[in-house]
Amino acid sequence: MKIVVASGKGGTGKTMVAANLGYVLSRDREVALVDCDVEEPNLHLFFPAETVDEAVTAENPVFDPALCTQCGACGKFCRYGAITVLRDRVLFFAELCHSCGGCRIVCPEGAVTETGRAIGKVSTAHPLPGLTLVSGFLNEGEVQAPGVVRAARAAAGEHPLIIQDASPGVACAVIETITGCDLCILVTESTPSGLHDLALAVEAVRMLSIPAGVVINRSDGRDEVATAFCREHDLPVLMTIPFGREIAAVQNRGGLVARDLPGFTEKFSALYADAVRLCGVKE
Amino acid sequence: MSLIVCITADGPDSGAQVQPRFGRAPYFVFADTEKGTFEAVKNPFADAQGGVGPRAVQTVLDHGATALVTGQVGGNAASAIQASGIRACAFKGQGTVSAALAAFLAGELPSLL
Ligand code: SF4
Ligand code: SF4
Repeated sequence: MKIVVASGKGGTGKTMVAANLGYVLSRDREVALVDCDVEEPNLHLFFPAETVDEAVTAENPVFDPALCTQCGACGKFCRYGAITVLRDRVLFFAELCHSCGGCRIVCPEGAVTETGRAIGKVSTAHPLPGLTLVSGFLNEGEVQAPGVVRAARAAAGEHPLIIQDASPGVACAVIETITGCDLCILVTESTPSGLHDLALAVEAVRMLSIPAGVVINRSDGRDEVATAFCREHDLPVLMTIPFGREIAAVQNRGGLVARDLPGFTEKFSALYADAVRLCGVKE
Repeated sequence: MSLIVCITADGPDSGAQVQPRFGRAPYFVFADTEKGTFEAVKNPFADAQGGVGPRAVQTVLDHGATALVTGQVGGNAASAIQASGIRACAFKGQGTVSAALAAFLAGELPSLL
């Protein structure tokens, strides 16, 4: 089973939920945690361990100056602006290239070939007996987050229980993360802006027909608007995490509430059980 | 020899205000100094997500300009301009396209790169 933890925007506590869920589940079964928030992966901070790293490469065009006539076809085609055709040569901006391969296809002179270039890496670790942690890292300045997400997901393979931490928002990389998952846990705060972002995330999971439930984080106990939103959208509220000094303190030092505070192990176990049951997913 | 100067602008003619941003300027106005004509090109990438710089440079090149007057350019655009041999000059502050062109022709504008 593949569960994805997503949120409308950053800082809502998505990674905290994924980390604690992974920790709790790993105590009595094998679980793989996959950090798909490749632009800002944080899960490894909760689980320091030795890693095995593998480079992620993307295909980039190479222009043969002996064959190129500066016709401009490749530059016109590239909608990411990675190519500027000058009078005497072709200028290529690797960080803008999305590896679509189009420039090679449109070149009438056969002047374009392709070569792999590192855009990030995937790190695998076994920080706890039952836990495998796979983290995708996109190199700074690179645009191909979906490629690194794909590589991280591939590294987790067909593990029986996978929990993926998605990037905030609903960009391409999030769609790449969510696609093919069995269940989505959406983390939100019950503020107006939190709900606005949640609405967008809900749309995305609906579009991909993935059953979803909500975790309300940093609750001050007055979540009527959030619960009304969830009722309206047929989303079960799976868990409510209160706003609390103790919780914040554990978080701030990079700790896991499920390990460091009483009661949270049970809460996260229940979250898993409820998510599976309420979302109608067969285990 | 005629010289074609590209000036980034808010509008499509010589009376429009100069737009300080290069890649996201709404219009590129091409001034032909010999004929005294202005040709405006709407920037199709003004609202694009990314990679606007190199594409804007391509537009400038495609229209035969050898000089560019704008406020500021991003890193990728700067590399492309440098490699292309286009002369880029900085026009700071407010002013119309014709005023910027006059200042450029008078040699009053500092180099941008
Ligand atoms: S592979 Fe695609 S994105 Fe990359 S330079 Fe060629 S056309 Fe542009
Ligand atoms: S399409 Fe081919 S020949 Fe034309 S400019 Fe690009 S690389 Fe050169």
